[in-house]
Amino acid sequence: MPALPDLFAQALNGLSYGVLLFLLSVGLTLIFGMLDVVNLAHGSFYMLGAYAGLTLIATTGNFWLALVAAPLVVGGIGAVIERSCLRPLYRRQPLDQVLLTFGLIYLFEDLVKWIWGGRIRSIPAPDLFSGSVTVLGATVPSYRLFVIVFGLGMAVAVWLLIERTRLGSIIRAGVFDAEMTGGMGVNIHRVFTGVFAFGAALGGLSGVIAGPIQSAYPPMGASILIPALIVVVVGGLGSLKGSLVGSLIIGQAETFGKAWLPGASMLMIYLVMAAIVLLRPQGLFGRPLK
Amino acid sequence: MLEVDGIHTYYGESHILHGVSLRVAAGEAVALLGRNGAGKTTMIRSIVGFTPPREGRIVFEGEPIQAWPPYRISRRGMALVPQGRRIFSPLSVRENLLLGARAAGWTLERVFALFPRLRERAEQSGGTLSGGEQQMLAIGRALLTNGRLLLLDEPSEGLAPILVREIGRVVKGLKGERLSILLVEQNYHLALRVADRVYVMNKGQIVYEGTPQSLEAAEEIKRRYLGVA
Repeated sequence: MPALPDLFAQALNGLSYGVLLFLLSVGLTLIFGMLDVVNLAHGSFYMLGAYAGLTLIATTGNFWLALVAAPLVVGGIGAVIERSCLRPLYRRQPLDQVLLTFGLIYLFEDLVKWIWGGRIRSIPAPDLFSGSVTVLGATVPSYRLFVIVFGLGMAVAVWLLIERTRLGSIIRAGVFDAEMTGGMGVNIHRVFTGVFAFGAALGGLSGVIAGPIQSAYPPMGASILIPALIVVVVGGLGSLKGSLVGSLIIGQAETFGKAWLPGASMLMIYLVMAAIVLLRPQGLFGRPLK
Repeated sequence: MLEVDGIHTYYGESHILHGVSLRVAAGEAVALLGRNGAGKTTMIRSIVGFTPPREGRIVFEGEPIQAWPPYRISRRGMALVPQGRRIFSPLSVRENLLLGARAAGWTLERVFALFPRLRERAEQSGGTLSGGEQQMLAIGRALLTNGRLLLLDEPSEGLAPILVREIGRVVKGLKGERLSILLVEQNYHLALRVADRVYVMNKGQIVYEGTPQSLEAAEEIKRRYLGVA
């Protein structure tokens, strides 16, 4: 039986990973819910966020500036991708979109290798959070605590935006019935672009804050995509609440899987997903399947 | 107000509307009748831009709108109460009502005065309403866009007779509000109570045009196309 402080430290690791997954899966689930597109390139936004953060920190020496600017850059890239590549495909088969976004993964990965090279680049934590603290007997890097608090703060902010503002009600309406939302006089294509860019920016934000924990390396986008997709399936397509709860569950499953079944941590995630989907095929907070 | 001129509309490769023409004058209430599958809903979908026609013209207050996206048509003054109501279930009643709210005229207060039930349920999610309440919400939501032409697609669908009468009363009342109305119905009696003029549709074509009185007397049309004895 592992000691209690170890368990606690593991749980905090799981929580910080869950928070990263949440920021990533918000975009994935909103984009899927609204546009019916499984954006396989969503992990690329995470990777681009980490690299944009890397360069911004290296040139300005300011982590906080990177935290704000990198997501804006990635959001801009997202907007361009939506307008130029995805929009012509909305009326086509889902397979066309899958192929396109799958291709984008390679394109972005090669682009990153070309600009930044293929080796792992570490990203320093900001000075303020470069040490570690002891919580309930466990020694934890203070940066991880920052990630948890910041991520949960972002979760609250996103929740307020989606659930409590007029813009949020338009987004929820669009996720539920995009055609009818257009029929109410909402320029739904502009909302599509905005939501795609917003999701990309949150993915980029996730990448920036992941940098000091996981470093930056070209396949990082492809490797976080699978857990993020699992979060969306577990939480329920198009559900913000599902995204949060799913992220926290998968974050813990991954971390404890790694600790208890080294080398088979993905197995743990799949087992959790299989159990939840067997009990609730639509995911924890998804709409019932037709 | 609205002139539909010889439109042909397809779903993929299947040809649904075969050169349909129809007019709604300003201030007029027109009913479009026909059996299930006659093409009535496709007609509405063509007009609001959900399924634009491949051929023909749709002119709304002097402007050809057949190639416009739905949001522009809506903003131009077309208010839609769609088939199946299509309430945004995750949104509250208030959010549903305000989603497309524009300009002056109909306000939240006036809609609540027309449908007091909606005021009681303003903070509930749209999905929790009963069928009749959802229909009121769909009508209220359309009124708040302050369109000048109200399109109602099967407002009586799935409602108890008492509610159908209530909807009929409301729609008749709206006629006095300088609204033009295009009502699509399978419910013959409701349509006749509300309309100034009627069209009957079958297999994607208009097969009859007249007044409620003349349709009342057209036994053959009623029997063949509407199943009314």
